[in-house]
Amino acid sequence: MADAVTQVDTPVRGASSPSPKGRGFDVKRLPGFATVAWMCLLVLYAPMLVLVLFSVNDNRSVTIWTKFSWRWYEEVINNEGIQHATVLSLKVAVVAMVVATAVATMAALATTRTRAYRGLPVVYGIINQPLMVPEIVTAVATLSFFALIKQATGVTGLGYLILAHTVFCIPFAYMPIRARLEDMDLTLEQASADLYATPWRTFRRVTFPLLLPGIFAGAMLAFVISLDDVVISLLVAGPGESTLPIYIIGQLRRGVTPEMNAVSTIFLAVSILLVTFFFVLARARK
Amino acid sequence: MSPDGKASQSGSAAVEAQRVTKIFGGGDDQVVALDDVSVQIGENEFFTLLGPSGCGKTTLLRLIAGFEHPTDGRILLGGEDISPLPPFQRPVNTVFQNYALFPHMTVGGNIGFGLEMLNKSKQEVDDAVTEMLRLVRMEELRNRRTSQLSGGQQQRVALARALAPKPRVLLLDEPLSALDLKLRKEMQIELKRLQNETGITFVFVTHDQEEALTMSDRIAVMKEGAILQIGAPRDIYDHPSDRFVAHFIGETNFLEAELLERKNGAAKVKFPSGAVLPASLPDAPISPGKVSVVVRPEHSRIATTKKDAVLSGTLENVVYFGTDTHFHFRLNDGAQFIVRMQNARDSGDDFTPGQELGIAVEADAVQVLRD
Ligand SMILES: Nc1ncnc2c1ncn2[C@@H]1O[C@H](COP(=O)(O)OP(=O)(O)OP(=O)(O)O)[C@@H](O)[C@H]1O
Ligand SMILES: [Mg+2]
Repeated sequence: MADAVTQVDTPVRGASSPSPKGRGFDVKRLPGFATVAWMCLLVLYAPMLVLVLFSVNDNRSVTIWTKFSWRWYEEVINNEGIQHATVLSLKVAVVAMVVATAVATMAALATTRTRAYRGLPVVYGIINQPLMVPEIVTAVATLSFFALIKQATGVTGLGYLILAHTVFCIPFAYMPIRARLEDMDLTLEQASADLYATPWRTFRRVTFPLLLPGIFAGAMLAFVISLDDVVISLLVAGPGESTLPIYIIGQLRRGVTPEMNAVSTIFLAVSILLVTFFFVLARARK
Repeated sequence: MSPDGKASQSGSAAVEAQRVTKIFGGGDDQVVALDDVSVQIGENEFFTLLGPSGCGKTTLLRLIAGFEHPTDGRILLGGEDISPLPPFQRPVNTVFQNYALFPHMTVGGNIGFGLEMLNKSKQEVDDAVTEMLRLVRMEELRNRRTSQLSGGQQQRVALARALAPKPRVLLLDEPLSALDLKLRKEMQIELKRLQNETGITFVFVTHDQEEALTMSDRIAVMKEGAILQIGAPRDIYDHPSDRFVAHFIGETNFLEAELLERKNGAAKVKFPSGAVLPASLPDAPISPGKVSVVVRPEHSRIATTKKDAVLSGTLENVVYFGTDTHFHFRLNDGAQFIVRMQNARDSGDDFTPGQELGIAVEADAVQVLRD
């Protein structure tokens, strides 16, 4: 994530530097720019503010404010359905993150640390497939494919859901790792080889430490994407395998309750914490 | 090639390229980066590869280091064929043009890296790092991050890192090109000192002819993947064998003349004016008749007597340089000729543009070029 941020950042800074005093074209000076910008921010963040606000509201209604209270958080913590869904979500996300990041790291090394060959663009395409194919298509395909396997082998369990998550997390983990590798100066690895390091030691002592921020960013993306997933989980999850988002959707069908506000707020807080943590980590390493 | 072209008669040079050819790519867009290059570099030698951009200098270094493999030919190190060895098994270290210091390690970590990879004990690594830091005069920066160093300091760390494992040969790819002029001059002296103190063979790449002349024991002048001439700086400067070499190194005058039949050894050329002068020959076979010759501007002067004047022409321009003065002539046959004379206290500036003057050429100053 940190890398993605820097990449977006740089061209913007570069573009504005030739006209430091606002000479030339500047979007910010277009009439109505400020209004549109504020509207966007409002639509983006006002719902979240409301969400957070009513999660600490004592009233059972999510539209009428009475007084501050932690009671919905207490109920969330004591709700077995939510507990179960959270643990399951974390289990799936952690395994998917670890495996997807490992696979993505190897894929990134294999696609950047070789001489360019004919099929390379095709390989990129294949790795990034989940980003391009509509998720519902992947979900349906995975569902029927897994059904086939289940029928043939009789094996059931959480493995299918984890596998599905791992696979669609790979391209998200792959992107920042590859970006980092492409940024990395190739002569560093040559210098290491020149100084008597075997290929494995070059990887351990030079490539890997320099790649770590990219790997963290990739892992974090994979984790968040897995936690967040609805469509594939909805179709692939077996009975009793509701992840947190699916559990929330199920509850919302019976109406919005402050309890759901509280869960969502926790979810939001965890996401923000994660992103901040990895961002700071990536910064510190530069 | 001049007699100096061979480093030592007695077999094992520090590095040797034997008929090395390197071709990149294939089909229509193949590039011949090196074309049948042979060179012997002696022990303890400061050897420079000099040539314009794209002539294959880096490619030759990378072949010696092992980052590329020759399409044809062999690379020998101390007489042994190292062609099959990967870079990490060659006792050769490189100072990269962009330094390539490891950003996640300290100065000390960088310098000790090679010895660590050679599985030396911690004590040995530490001692070597201390010694290297002293050698490049950076003792107090041992625990700095490399990103906190100036360009010159990074340069020194890169040098120390490459020297620490005491390689048989040190390869330097334009190591000074990123430095400003003053620092560059300092580092030139520093490099010479390091080479003297360590006794390691240096193979140095540059496209700066002045740098090559001041630092090298011998120079190989390259062009389009081939070595045109190898020799000591003086040799290359005074006796360029080739139009390109003469042009690339220093300022010079090109003239047309006639090579006379040789009578007992000494070659002579005859100028259109009728004057006959002794001349040095290139080491390629050359037949009598029309030839091109070069005369360095400082090897000629304005003739004081009619007898001295080998050439004559019209003085077009006088440019004063402090220590010396350049006189630009248009010769009677239309060619340009520059005379450079030292400014003595009593030398009057009694030459003015427009004057018809004779030009004298020192004995032994005429060099015949091969075609
Ligand atoms: N990996 C490569 N693939 C294809 N062509 C290459 C490769 N490396 C070098 N070349 C080509 O080989 C030729 C020699 O390149 P080289 O880098 O050795 O030149 P150089 O003398 O070091 O030049 P410079 O002074 O600019 O560094 C050039 O034409 C270059 O384009
Ligand atoms: Mg080069």
